[in-house]
Amino acid sequence: MSQDTVIEAKGLTKTYGRAVAVDHIAFSVGRGEIFGLLGPNGAGKTTTILMLLGLTDISGGEVRVLGFDPAREPLSVKRRVGYLPDTVGFYDQLTAADNLRYTARLIGFKKAVRETRIADALDRVGLSEFAEKRVGTFSRGMHQRLGLAEILMKGAQIAILDEPTSGLDPHATAELLAIIRGFKAEGVSVLLSSHLLERVQSVCDRVALFSGGHIALMGSVADLGREVLGGGYVVDIEADGAGLAERLALIPGVSGVEKTGIGKLRLHADRDVRPEAAAEVVAMQGRLKFLGVQEPSLDAIYTRYFETKPAEGMTMKEGTRHAA
Amino acid sequence: MQREGSAFQGLGVVMLKELSDHLTSIRFFVLELLVVLIALVTVYAAAQQIKDTTAEDPFLFLRLFTTSREPLPAFLFWLSLLVPVMAIGLAFDSVNSEYNRRTLSRILSQPIYRDALLFGKFLGGLVTLTIALIVLWLMVIGLGLLFIGIPPGGEEIARIFVFLVVTIVYAGVWLSLSLLFSTLFRSAATAALVALGFWLFIYLLWPILAEVLAQAIVPLDPRYMALGLQTPGTVELQQILARLSPSTLFAEAVVALLDPTTRSLGPIYLSQMQGAVLGAPLPLSESMLIAWPQTVGMIATAILLFVIGYVIFQRQEVRA
Repeated sequence: MSQDTVIEAKGLTKTYGRAVAVDHIAFSVGRGEIFGLLGPNGAGKTTTILMLLGLTDISGGEVRVLGFDPAREPLSVKRRVGYLPDTVGFYDQLTAADNLRYTARLIGFKKAVRETRIADALDRVGLSEFAEKRVGTFSRGMHQRLGLAEILMKGAQIAILDEPTSGLDPHATAELLAIIRGFKAEGVSVLLSSHLLERVQSVCDRVALFSGGHIALMGSVADLGREVLGGGYVVDIEADGAGLAERLALIPGVSGVEKTGIGKLRLHADRDVRPEAAAEVVAMQGRLKFLGVQEPSLDAIYTRYFETKPAEGMTMKEGTRHAA
Repeated sequence: MQREGSAFQGLGVVMLKELSDHLTSIRFFVLELLVVLIALVTVYAAAQQIKDTTAEDPFLFLRLFTTSREPLPAFLFWLSLLVPVMAIGLAFDSVNSEYNRRTLSRILSQPIYRDALLFGKFLGGLVTLTIALIVLWLMVIGLGLLFIGIPPGGEEIARIFVFLVVTIVYAGVWLSLSLLFSTLFRSAATAALVALGFWLFIYLLWPILAEVLAQAIVPLDPRYMALGLQTPGTVELQQILARLSPSTLFAEAVVALLDPTTRSLGPIYLSQMQGAVLGAPLPLSESMLIAWPQTVGMIATAILLFVIGYVIFQRQEVRA
């Protein structure tokens, strides 16, 4: 395990009797990377997370989190990793600050450190004014933010977030994703699981698409787009200049040019060709009015992939799942 | 497989939180109020009865706990009835509520083991019950002083203290049972109902069943019956079966402690009576020896129930 790798799983497997929840998966997460475990409910994402935290036994394979074995050294792992579970729960009768105080005591922070960390963390997630309010009065979005505050207070090197945007409205989702980007800016690695592909696509550096306990696809969204859709990027240009379409078609990586309106063109490319496209417009002494790129959609990648390989797209039957 | 660190890291934190939750809960306040009111009435009635009927007794204070006045049963009866209810009331939702509130996985993702969480919950409940019982004991002693007007002697205080310890052990048995059901059933209502049902069975039905079963296994001997005596084999078996119930163990241990003249908790044979001065009180140490097997039986039951709950909890998945 290299110094830049914070999580490394090899052949990781979890079985419940005959049912296989996670089947020989392998992945790694780099330092400061946001890695998405994406896929439908029941695909094995949460079970994988629980194995990483030492909260469920590992049936096979091996995993290292910051160099520690979660099965043998769970306390070392849990001291350094923050976890936001799916539909996180707090003690409703306690205030937000008291909930964090309890966690801080469990971690073993001294009182002086504790209070400073709690105040800072609540401030970071915008809950300072609700610090002394009972959590029972909080909305779902506030629960999620309090969960993130707990991770911040802990000073975790890795944040594991299980379905963080599930059940949130668009505004709360945007706020949450901004906080997650903040983690990355501070060098915290993030492992994020979600079944809402389009919601988390924008924050993930790399993703692993889960299905039926397997990792079906893994890589950056652009790479996956190229691999599955055969050309990941769609670049929209609004500019004037005769013969522009023909010149743009000659840019390496562009597989097609489509006219979408007066002075509007759409390029299909296997990479981000905006710099070259802008340079062509300038070279033709044209006026560039708009230049934008559409990344391939994870939903589209996922759907296309399993259209071509339906057997792998089958998720586990509910009846075969253990109540993990 | 060797795990790192102590299994009890965070135990104190969990215990203090549980203690704080219990002491500030309405549930505990109502249960404690009920016990205090009953203690007030029964001790007052017992004091009146003692005043009316007892001229002289070296253990007058102990009688406060055991004397009844129609129609009220003695304080001891209420205690054996209500301590299980208090213990069940404190622990029936200890573990399942963590699942239902979805706090379990978050808490267990902190650097603690499950051991600390479960044992902390047990200790939190036990300390709460201990505080409640100490308050109750002090109140009874205070009321006794007020109503009887005579201070308790040194041995009486010692016996009352040991009685308190045995009562805490008895509470521990029911706390372990309640915690076990709380681990076993995800629904708090189911756990409470099953625990209360089990308590009713143990308290009311088991003594009757023990008698019926004993007579079925070892039928009554007509020769003893003709003499108006109980068949020794049947009585012994009935006693063994009855002692499977913690309520029986508690009642027997307490009789030995609060009635210093008690020399045996089983059938007494003539050979045991040779040289004995009838009605002479035993020293506390000998009364404790008589109550010891029952007390150990209760401690063993509490540990056994806790261990079963512990194993179940360790094997459960943390996801709700």
